Amino acid sequence: MNPSNKTILIVDDDQDYLFQLQTKIQNFGFKTITADGQKEAEELLEKVKPDLAILDLMMENEDSGFILCYKMKKKYPDVPIIIATGVAAETGISFDIHDESNRKWIKADCFLDKGIRSEKLKEEIDKLLVKQA
Amino acid sequence: MATLKILVVDDEPGIRSGVTRILRNFRVDYPFMDEAFEFEVLEAPTGEAAIEIIENNIPDIMLLDNKLPGIQGIEVLEYIKKKQKNIVVVMITSYASLELAVKATSDGASDFIPKPFTPQELKSSIENITKRLFLKNMTNKLQDSGKQIRFTFLSVLSHELKAPLNSIEGYLKMIKDRQAGPKLEDYDVMIDRSLDRIKGMRNLILDLLDLTRVESGKAKRNVTEIDLFKIARTAMDTMRPYAIQRDVTLKLNGTSPLFIQGDAEEIEIIFNNLISNAIKYNKDGGCVDCNIIEIGKDIIIEVKDTGIGLSSSDIEKIFDDFVRIKNEKTKNITGSGLGLPIVKKLIDNYAGKIEVTSIPGQGSTFKIILPINKS
Repeated sequence: MNPSNKTILIVDDDQDYLFQLQTKIQNFGFKTITADGQKEAEELLEKVKPDLAILDLMMENEDSGFILCYKMKKKYPDVPIIIATGVAAETGISFDIHDESNRKWIKADCFLDKGIRSEKLKEEIDKLLVKQA
Repeated sequence: MATLKILVVDDEPGIRSGVTRILRNFRVDYPFMDEAFEFEVLEAPTGEAAIEIIENNIPDIMLLDNKLPGIQGIEVLEYIKKKQKNIVVVMITSYASLELAVKATSDGASDFIPKPFTPQELKSSIENITKRLFLKNMTNKLQDSGKQIRFTFLSVLSHELKAPLNSIEGYLKMIKDRQAGPKLEDYDVMIDRSLDRIKGMRNLILDLLDLTRVESGKAKRNVTEIDLFKIARTAMDTMRPYAIQRDVTLKLNGTSPLFIQGDAEEIEIIFNNLISNAIKYNKDGGCVDCNIIEIGKDIIIEVKDTGIGLSSSDIEKIFDDFVRIKNEKTKNITGSGLGLPIVKKLIDNYAGKIEVTSIPGQGSTFKIILPINKS
């Protein structure tokens, strides 16, 4: 797989996190497109189909990431989606994604903590892109 | 695909078969539902038959005609209420009197469909009920499994405190790894952003202290005779450097002095928050007018800006904790989302009111009405 042929959509309303994640992913060699909220992401998705998306969970609303994930899966069922969240650690809520009913409800391919190490992130992205191909 | 059972109770065979036909291929699906709903229609020509069905095969929704050959619809409703059956009841009735409607509602009917109804009317009523049922089930499920997503103050607070730390940590790591190459100036923006986030976090902590004071500090309140103009001037002096940066003119209008019974620190927090918002959300070169007037038994404090304004849906939210209006214009404005909730709580302490009027693109006016308390 050649990373420079792959476009990754990053959606986050924290402009700093967005910039940092974008830099990280560009350093992996991928192309990136970004949006700073659910609405902007939806507009972008009308024009572009990315190869993978990384979505923040709490944006305009506390569940914007879920809604965006759901809509995106409806439009592009084959594009893998990572939900990056700090929610689990911060609020004590844990979404057990191995549980089938939760997986069905949330529909993301992977949940990652926002503080994830670069190598681990790269690994997860590669895994999902290979699965997709 | 989930199925909801609908029991239609009507002595007219045409209505029963009509409902069955209309709902046979009807599906309700919303983005937030994990599956679509379809409907299975059961029929009962009398209230007695309906009760028998309810006993053996409890429906989720019941469409109930009031005028039935034997017992009346309203009696079926009473039966359901008495037996505490969990059924959403919709009355279908051609001549519902007000009395009947009131009685039915108090006995638990949740909707009315006038007879005759169109397929569309039936469908939209069923759609609403399905949505309600789904959300109710979802909430129950979440509560049962102890996973209810409660975005309580503390959880959001920890999010708000952790976000800047994560961001600063991220920048420091980038700088440490020299991710932007060897040139020092390429890191300036990262340093500036880190400093901004630290400033934001400090403001959040200051606001939290205000909030703690407001919510717990009744005993510490120091109520004396205070001059509103003096406090307004202090607040303006505090904010002036910021106003100068933005080239915003600050004006205080009214006849000084005006004394009230109050806690000087509390009133200053109110002015500080409103005036700093009025500068923050203003246009460069704009204007902030602070008017203080006594009208009858009230004192009116108005803080008026010439800024970006608020939509009516924004206005509904701005007094809730941690709410920040996010749009293209507010993108680069930082704030804790606690300022206005603090203002609101303080004004409540004075039995006052705060009202907001705004024209997007032209400016907002925050108007406080304080009943005069001259002891």
